[in-house]
Parts: sequence; C-alpha cells; structure tokens
Amino acid sequence: MSNAALLSLPQIGQHPAPRPSPAGAQFYLKNVTDPATLTGNHKKPATKKEEDPMRRIAAIIAGQCLALFAQFITAARADWRGIEPVNRQRIYFANHTSNADLPIVWTVLPPALRRVTRPVAAADYWLKTKARAFIGPEVFRAVLIDRRTDHQTEDPIAKIVAALDEGSSIIIFPEGGRNRSDDPLMPFKAGLYNIAQHRPDVDLVPTWIDNIASVMPSGEVIPVPLGCTVIFGQPLHVTEEESKDAFLTRASDALKALRPHREGAA
Amino acid sequence: MMPDMPSETSSSIFVLFGAACLLLIIATIGGEFLRRRISPTGTHPTVETYVTRLHSWWAMVFLLSIALLVGPAGVTLLFAFASFAALREFLTLTRKTKADHWALIAAFYVVFPLQFLFVWWGNTALFSIFIPVYAFLVLPILSVLRGAGNNFLSRISETQWGLMICVFCVSHVPALVTLDIEGSTGRSVLLIAFLVLVVQLGDLAEYYTGRRIGKTRIAKSVSPKTRQGVICGAAFAAFNGGVLFWITPFAPWEAALIAVTIYLVGVGGSLVLAAIKADRGVKNWGHLIPGQGGFVDQMDSVVFAAPIFYHLARFFYAS
Repeated sequence: MSNAALLSLPQIGQHPAPRPSPAGAQFYLKNVTDPATLTGNHKKPATKKEEDPMRRIAAIIAGQCLALFAQFITAARADWRGIEPVNRQRIYFANHTSNADLPIVWTVLPPALRRVTRPVAAADYWLKTKARAFIGPEVFRAVLIDRRTDHQTEDPIAKIVAALDEGSSIIIFPEGGRNRSDDPLMPFKAGLYNIAQHRPDVDLVPTWIDNIASVMPSGEVIPVPLGCTVIFGQPLHVTEEESKDAFLTRASDALKALRPHREGAA
Repeated sequence: MMPDMPSETSSSIFVLFGAACLLLIIATIGGEFLRRRISPTGTHPTVETYVTRLHSWWAMVFLLSIALLVGPAGVTLLFAFASFAALREFLTLTRKTKADHWALIAAFYVVFPLQFLFVWWGNTALFSIFIPVYAFLVLPILSVLRGAGNNFLSRISETQWGLMICVFCVSHVPALVTLDIEGSTGRSVLLIAFLVLVVQLGDLAEYYTGRRIGKTRIAKSVSPKTRQGVICGAAFAAFNGGVLFWITPFAPWEAALIAVTIYLVGVGGSLVLAAIKADRGVKNWGHLIPGQGGFVDQMDSVVFAAPIFYHLARFFYAS
C-alpha cells in the first residue's frame, strides 16, 4: 500500500462547519430555478410547490439515493491532488463526456461542500421532462443555462455570477457540451474566461473525471459498474492582461494534465 | 439447501474467532505502542500503514466470522459482494470500447449473479462450466454484434479473464460449503476458515520475514517477494495447516501438505496479479480496503488458491 494513497484520503477532521446559507439564496432559488422562468414564460408567477418543505425533503432524499447509487456503481473517489476538500468558494471546471458526469462530481464532494455547490447545467436538457425538472433544479439546485441563444432570456454569465455572489461554489463544464470526439478535451467556450474576469478572486479548480465514459458511453442507458476517480487539481486564476485564448488554453492544459496515464488502456 | 449448522461447528467458529481476536489484540497493542514511540504525531508512514491495515483486519475477521456463523447464505453473500467489488476493480483496468458495453452489462448483471445462484443451489455441474464455457462463448458474440473494432481479441480475452478471476475463482470459496464430506457433515463451512487463515497468514509471514531476511527476488520486475520470504511463508502455512487440522476432515500431515500447496498457488496468484498491475501502471487495484488497496489486492492469493483447494478436497475427500 502506498503512503501516497494513505495521504490522499480526505482529511476529515479539517472540514470547517458548513457556511450558513445566505439569506439571498432562498430568494434566488425561488425565482431562477423555476422552470417557468427559464422557459421564458415570465407572466406565470412562481408556483407554490417551490416553497413546499416536503418537496425540499424529497429532493434531499432523492439526492442521497442518487449519491448512494453512484457510489454502488462506480465506487467513486475524490483525489484531492491540488487542493484540500475545505469549504472555500470555488469554480470546479470539468471535462464532460457523459450524462453521469454531473452526478459523479456531486457525489464525491463531501456533504458540507455539496450543500454549497451548484452545477451549471443546460436548461434545454434539464427541463425536458418532469423527472429531469425535479432532479436538475431541485436535487442538484442547478443554475440552468439555455444553450440556444435565441431562447436566452437572461445573460447566462450574469446568472452564474449571481450564484457566486450568493456564496455558492459552482461546477461548470467549459466544453459547452458532451465530448464525443477521440480527443481528451474539446476547445473551451469563452464562458469560463468571462466568469473568471467577473470574479477574479474565486479559485478555478480543474476537475478531471476519469473513466466515466466507459461506465456509460454516450447513447447507452445502463451503467456498467466500473471504478471512477474525480481528480481535483491546483486552482488557477485569470491574470491581468491575459488574453481570452491564452487563459482558455492554460485552463484546458491544466485539466488535461490531471488525466491519468494508463498503459494499454483503450 | 444445506442442513442446519451443528452446534459443534459454531463452537469451532467461536474458538477460531477468539484466537483471531487474541492475535489482533496483541497486534493492536503493539501498534499503539509503536505509534506512541515512533509516530506520536501520526506522520510515520510505516506505522500508520500498519495501524490502518490492522483496522481492516479487524473488520475482515468480524465480517468473515459473522458470515461463517450465518452459514452457507452468509458466506455466499459475503463472497458475492467481494466478487462484485473485485470484478468492478478488474474491469476498470481492462481494455474496452463502446462495442463491449453489452458484454460488460451481461458480465455484471447476468453472469455474476447466476454464478453465485448456482453455487447457492449447490449445482456443481453448472457452476463449474458456466463461465468457462457459456460466458466464454456468448460475451464475445455480444461484442461482435455491437461493432467488433480494434484489439478485439485482447478485449474479449481481458473481459473473460476478469470473469474467471473475480467471479469463477472467488465463487469457489463459498462453493466449499456445498462439499459433502463423510464424517464431517455440516462442517464444510470451516474449510473456508482453513483456506483463508492458511493463505493469508502465510502471506503475512512472508511479508514480514521477506522484509528482514529476504535476498533473492522471485519475480524481480513486479513484486518484492523473495525466495527466503516465501520459504518462511510456506513453513508457517504448513505449521498453521497442521495446527488447524481439527477443523478439517484431513489428518494433520495431510492438512499441512494441502496448506503448503494452496499457499504456494496463492503466491503464484499474487505474482500474476502484480504483473497485471505493473503492466497497467497502477499500484493498487482499488481503494476500498483502507491500508490494503482494493479487493483484488486483498484476495489475490486466496482467489488463486480457492479452486485448487476446492478440487483437492472434492477429489480426495468428498463422497
């Protein structure tokens, strides 16, 4: 057994108490995660169900079940290589190959961090069915962004920055969609750079999700139980005078560098 | 289904459990003593690894004892779980493409549960040929129907290898309870204790003596195991086997001979699995057993020894 492996175990004793949810969070959640708002139907008032504590409890239970299921299938493990799992505001940016990516990152975060972390996800995907509209906005408390520009009612960057300002950490997939190519990463979209420019103090944490594409290749629905690791690298920040392209290349390289090299693995 | 466990079998299990606890208590006191002297801040890697491993050993002793006391259902469930975890670790490192998705689904959701069902039913014919014949033929068919592709032979072979090691071989541990041996009805469950104790204690003896007096490595490129360490391990296995003869249907000298045989097969198994790890560039198969790595790391020797032990017991003793 390697000592390195022992040292990489999460330092459980070091978690600070979870930050109390900022007062603005409730207000924000009510308005922004309401599917009606996101599909552009502004006239419809926020429905009662959003405040329903039973619904919130159901979402928490569903989240726990989902995490358990993900653990059973993948024995998912976090490798905190460049940072400690402490409660600090962060932007986790990750590679995206499978629909299981979001649940996996969410699962490996310690519960105290999970409570204050919101994924940025596609509204056109997560609002398609009733089940998704429950899981995306309510279980994951996702910040929903419509990828179709003609459907956008708000500036997506402003929405993400608002989520940061209320104290949340976020998970973002800067490739802008699932990578179906043979390359490890597709070119990053500008979003990550724009967010970083708006809030330059927040840590940008490269987050490599390993092996998930074998668990559930795109187009398949039944997951194969295989081990997955989520590797968190050293945080980066956008520097002054750094151009958009230079920053995106640097971020992409930092993420790619986390990829484990396996002999012979296809 | 098996008959109810005779009370003398459970008292034998309690004796073994008591002995294992005694050893672990001594080892734990020793570990805490070492910790206080060498590693008061919890930073000395060797001591911390040792203490972590001891915690895992406590858990394994308790789990195995409970499973043995429950009887056939207990050991079948325990080793089915271990088999699932091992298969997951093994197939994580094998070559695969999208074309293998259905074959892998069949391996996990059909082949694995059926194999343990056959063991539970005590259907020797089925559990002996199901994976080597039926899974062997059908899984590659699924892969070719889904698109074949590059490295086809390597991929189907690696999947089959994973099934053989992690499901077929592991299932021979609970299969020991299906053996009907004259004069020791209802005591077959103790054969599992014999197998696990002999092989794992032999490994521990080899590990600690090999570190001190070992010189000649037996598989230089993949494993730190030395000839001297393995000789000590084999001697310790023989001694343990002889001492434990009373839980088996074997005479003391037979028990010692069988113990050496399964220990040596186990050493071979852990070398083979170490070679696969070296080839894939990993240090451990997994991370689920603190201080030990994965299930495959923990069970490597037992996995190889189990079918051999099963057949020795079956050919020479079973009626």
